[in-house]
Amino acid sequence: MRASDLLKPRPEGLYCPPGDFFIDPVRPVERALITHGHSDHARSGHSSVLATQETLDIMGLRYGENFAGTTQAAAPGETLDINGVAVTFHPAGHVLGSAQICVEHRGMRIVASGDYKRQKDATCLPFEPIRCDVFITEATFGLPVFRHPPDHEEIARVLKSAAQFPERSHLIGAYALGKAQRVMRLLRDAGYDRPIYIHGALAKLSEYYQSQGIDLGVLEPATVESGSKADFAGAIVVGPPSAFADRWARRFPDPISCFASGWMRIRQRAKQGGVELPLIISDHADWDELIITIKETGAAEIWVTHGREEALVRWCELEGIAARPLHLVGYEDEGD
Amino acid sequence: MNRFAELLDRLVLTPSRNGKLTLLRDYFRSVEDPDRGLALAAITGDLNIAAVKPAMLRALVVERMDPVLFGYSYDYVGDLAETVSLVWPQPQGHIPNHVPTLAEVVGRLQAASRSDGPKVLARLLDDASISARFAIIKLVTGGLRIGVSARLAKQALADLGKVDVAEIEELWHGLTPPYTELFAWLEGRAEKPRSAALALFRPVMLSNAVDDGDLAKLDPADYAAEWKWDGIRVQAVCEGGVRRLYSRTGDDVSGAFPDLAAAMNFEAALDGELLVGDPREATGTFSDLQQRLNRKSVSPKIQQRYPAFMRCYDALQIDGEDLRALPFAERRKRLEAFVGTLDPSRFDLSPFVAFSDWETLERLRQAPPHPIIEGVMLKRWDSPYLAGRPKGPWFKWKRDPHTIDAVLMYAQRGHGKRSSFYSDYTFGVWSGPEGSEELVPVGKAYFGFTDEELREIDKYVRDNTIERFGPVRSVRADRRNGLVLEVAFEGLNRSTRHKSGVAMRFPRISRLRWDKPAAEADRIETLQALLD
Repeated sequence: MRASDLLKPRPEGLYCPPGDFFIDPVRPVERALITHGHSDHARSGHSSVLATQETLDIMGLRYGENFAGTTQAAAPGETLDINGVAVTFHPAGHVLGSAQICVEHRGMRIVASGDYKRQKDATCLPFEPIRCDVFITEATFGLPVFRHPPDHEEIARVLKSAAQFPERSHLIGAYALGKAQRVMRLLRDAGYDRPIYIHGALAKLSEYYQSQGIDLGVLEPATVESGSKADFAGAIVVGPPSAFADRWARRFPDPISCFASGWMRIRQRAKQGGVELPLIISDHADWDELIITIKETGAAEIWVTHGREEALVRWCELEGIAARPLHLVGYEDEGD
Repeated sequence: MNRFAELLDRLVLTPSRNGKLTLLRDYFRSVEDPDRGLALAAITGDLNIAAVKPAMLRALVVERMDPVLFGYSYDYVGDLAETVSLVWPQPQGHIPNHVPTLAEVVGRLQAASRSDGPKVLARLLDDASISARFAIIKLVTGGLRIGVSARLAKQALADLGKVDVAEIEELWHGLTPPYTELFAWLEGRAEKPRSAALALFRPVMLSNAVDDGDLAKLDPADYAAEWKWDGIRVQAVCEGGVRRLYSRTGDDVSGAFPDLAAAMNFEAALDGELLVGDPREATGTFSDLQQRLNRKSVSPKIQQRYPAFMRCYDALQIDGEDLRALPFAERRKRLEAFVGTLDPSRFDLSPFVAFSDWETLERLRQAPPHPIIEGVMLKRWDSPYLAGRPKGPWFKWKRDPHTIDAVLMYAQRGHGKRSSFYSDYTFGVWSGPEGSEELVPVGKAYFGFTDEELREIDKYVRDNTIERFGPVRSVRADRRNGLVLEVAFEGLNRSTRHKSGVAMRFPRISRLRWDKPAAEADRIETLQALLD
């Protein structure tokens, strides 16, 4: 069977004709398989959704219990049969519940990675490389300039800065699902035991992470009621990046704006965003992780999606691996 | 090396002066000799390393990686030093077992000959982390460009040792990297270094602005008045054959004014204003002076067309005698006699402005005889020459600023305390024929308003945003809608960089004109009329 007969891009998303399902569709469809809970991958309104239990829970928290007609939980490593196509979810190491989806039919095996990373992350299961014929990789950071440093080194920089500027507060911008909880967990692992103040947009998801046994320590709402401006001196506050440009941020004394993202590798990105302390912490694979993963899957063919496809395709050509960009629409290029 | 690299990374992105001072002070406190002294030299521009050209750097990297992938990377990042620091491929299986210190890096770079320079650089990059690679490349390509002036670094040293920055400036040119004796003194482990070097900088005396009511309390008979020339404050020092021309902050600017330096054949330290033209005939305007500023080298043609001269107003030392403790009246007499012996095409005397009462002086101040005069200086006849800005002996009484009504066009978010406020404003005036007027930006200002006004403008910006680009918002501004800002500024220069052709000096918001319709803001012609 040809790979392009097993999975092909359609306007709704990646479609499997023999199994009659979509992976991470961006429009409502009959049957959706979902890799992880970020809103550009997990949308509401599908008739049936197959995803890991955590992803289903997260979708429920975000969209309300009735986000889909019916839902089914996929256990990691367990193979399901969908219209004769073998489907297996494997951990992707991206955020809690994130999975790669392995699709196998008549001797052809394709792995759709969704988003993934290889750095250790205490808030989710680690990525498992799966041998396959075709590997569909993301390429958010698909340029040799993106090299993520170890995350604990980045967190050490925040703690050093907090000691240097005890009269100011440190505002860490981090996406509400995954990154925020990972940052909090890293702060705890580094020995930071004061309460962490959080923006309201993080409350439900952080509570969910805690309920799944991921200890984030004491989290306090960063509300004016919980403290005067002076009380936030020396505090570490975590919130969605957009909030820091907002009036919300005015409750903090002379804040130092930090942003936890792989994009912070590029100085100009940090500068343009008014970020004073960039933290290069990413939930996506960096260049080195992308190429090592491609090698580990042993795939003879690579399809490259959302991100900087051209550089990764070029690298595959130099390595003698067939590769092509897979133009899927609707995924946020910038999300990290 | 990693600590220096981390310092650079932080400084580049820290906008506030106090934040930078804290970072520098902590670095100097925690890092040992000689690394900290070399870092200091790198920041103040006193570190000598043979430069590597960008083309060489690019050649080094494409020897090691696919040029196409490098091209994609460089296109994306846009900065060569940063791109190379990020993509530099470490040799297979190469695990550096030692992070080189800044001293080792500098030592190896300084010891490299021209021919093996690139090889030495490549080996250093192999052993370094990404941040350290960036710092190394910055060191060898010249110019750190981290938004820290030599003056600010000296201020951080002063904070470290709890001494006056003037003390450090006075010592500075007698010291060499890695400044071990300076740090020893600042940390209280040694005596203040005594310098045997010649032609050192003497910290300058600065004036205070005249405030409302100041003059009423002062007796005109106690003060001399001079024109305040809008040139560059300089100090010309010659001692034992060493000639130095210093800026106000003690930077050696002799190289930019070789014509003036060549005429410094005396034994003295003089304080005055650097201007262009021939003092016997005509003094050049600020635009003429611009031709000589911010240049690394000056062509003979420019030197001839815009000759630099010094208009002297004080003498700190003449023929080995320190005059700073003498009263101004006495120093001035010595200065007058001394300037008479100098090349009259390069040195003249700042003339007094005769007056008997403040009203007379006020009239003269409002109508100065030359466009490059920006007001008058008042100096107490009995004042000694004191470093810094003592209150009382010297005053500057500037001409009232120009004002113009402009329309707010773009607003950018500030930093620190202002990080959630749109606090930096780009404003424009009308241009083009009647009926199809367009706004052209003429300047940017980020102060002059109260905190309350900042909140009001911020709300206005948020409510009237039409487009966003990162931290910048473009604000509705047309003939019928727009916020008029009264902008005060000190003068105008011609500018080829700005579409409007003018650049304002020292613009600030003087009033918010909520009452004024946007269409009634000023036109570009009003500004053009002010040029020269």
